Amino acid sequence: MASAVQLTLNGSEVVAVAAGGESLLSLLRQRLGDASPKAGCLQGTCGACTVLVDGEPVLSCLMLAEAAAGRRVETLRGLADGPRLHPLQEAFMDGFAAQCGFCTSGMLIAAKALLDREPRPTREQVIEAIAGNVCRCTGYTPIVEAILEAARRMAGRRG
Amino acid sequence: MPLEVRTTATLTEAASLLQADRGARFLAGGTLLMRAVNEGDVSFSTIVRTTDPTFARMRAAGGRIELGAGVTMAQVLASRELAFLHPVARAVGGPAVRTMATVGGNLFAAHPYGDFAAALLALDARVQLASGFGAREVVLEEFLASRDRAPRPLVVAVSFERPADPAAFRFRKMTRTHPKGAAVVTIAAYLPTSGGRVSGARVALGAMAPRPIRARGIEHALEGRPLTAEGVAPAVAAAAREGDPPTDALASAWYRRRVVGVQLRRLLLGER
Repeated sequence: MASAVQLTLNGSEVVAVAAGGESLLSLLRQRLGDASPKAGCLQGTCGACTVLVDGEPVLSCLMLAEAAAGRRVETLRGLADGPRLHPLQEAFMDGFAAQCGFCTSGMLIAAKALLDREPRPTREQVIEAIAGNVCRCTGYTPIVEAILEAARRMAGRRG
Repeated sequence: MPLEVRTTATLTEAASLLQADRGARFLAGGTLLMRAVNEGDVSFSTIVRTTDPTFARMRAAGGRIELGAGVTMAQVLASRELAFLHPVARAVGGPAVRTMATVGGNLFAAHPYGDFAAALLALDARVQLASGFGAREVVLEEFLASRDRAPRPLVVAVSFERPADPAAFRFRKMTRTHPKGAAVVTIAAYLPTSGGRVSGARVALGAMAPRPIRARGIEHALEGRPLTAEGVAPAVAAAAREGDPPTDALASAWYRRRVVGVQLRRLLLGER
């Protein structure tokens, strides 16, 4: 049983047909051609599929596509401003916070959710913000450092 | 075969659909049901959901707190009136899970999950149910004992008395990974005292049985005792006899029985 789902994806109005029981992750990747959220465990354990819905982080693999209808969805694809990377992306690159890169999309979105709410987070707040995102390469320290560095750079630019 | 999704405007309609179709399951936050969908679970053919605004309504200001079943862990964390429950809500997953996971859904979470349900047991919560035949209310303990029986009623809300002394409510979760992980043991306790002695304690355990349980042996051993190392010793000894702990990838039943008393003692004495 298919149904049309209309939503705002990274600022653009889009519409796609979801099959019965299809997840938001599948709608984004298979129907809307946005492969920036990653399909990892599909169990809500790894966080690789994290996207923002109305500004809040959700696991797109566990959200029914219909539940995102009429809402504002943001993915990694919308993070950079054209060729200009987001400060989080720059800091991840500068700090070697990505190795295989599979978790990076979810990490960046989880970090954006934090910085949108808390521009000057403590280390504990950063660790809590990415507590649902699994990384098997870095040991997390470079990721935590990169998020703190991005917050410092963004504060400096606002300064 | 693709699933059928039925979106209802009211909880009553959703309850009727669930009542009429044994192949129907209710979707709230999705952290349990969409997991099953992604795994290819064929035990259900219809997903029922609702857009009823009362489903996520929260009445937390008064003496009797009522949480709609669709209230999320993030909503609990955003409520100052529910500050005593923040450690519980924070124990459920990372931020993205908490945006989705609901109070009602947690009552159905299989071992080793269900930390919020354990906290609600310690608060002596009641569960409001809706079925095709109408509404009714049951105590949480009774609900948990029969939660897997079909047809599943629709959980509409939970309610409980606000603890007179919020500091008398305590929560502790032991995990193998930090800062987040599934429970080796979860303990929630309401420990009112009178003249320095415990009076009317309620203690609940998570991950010590196939579902969260009230630990009446511990409660009995605490009655009339002070919260001192000597005073809590009988309760700590009683802890190993509670429940029927499962063996899983996180811990063996033997280990859970050994460690639950240690965790209980730390909770009762306010140690880290």
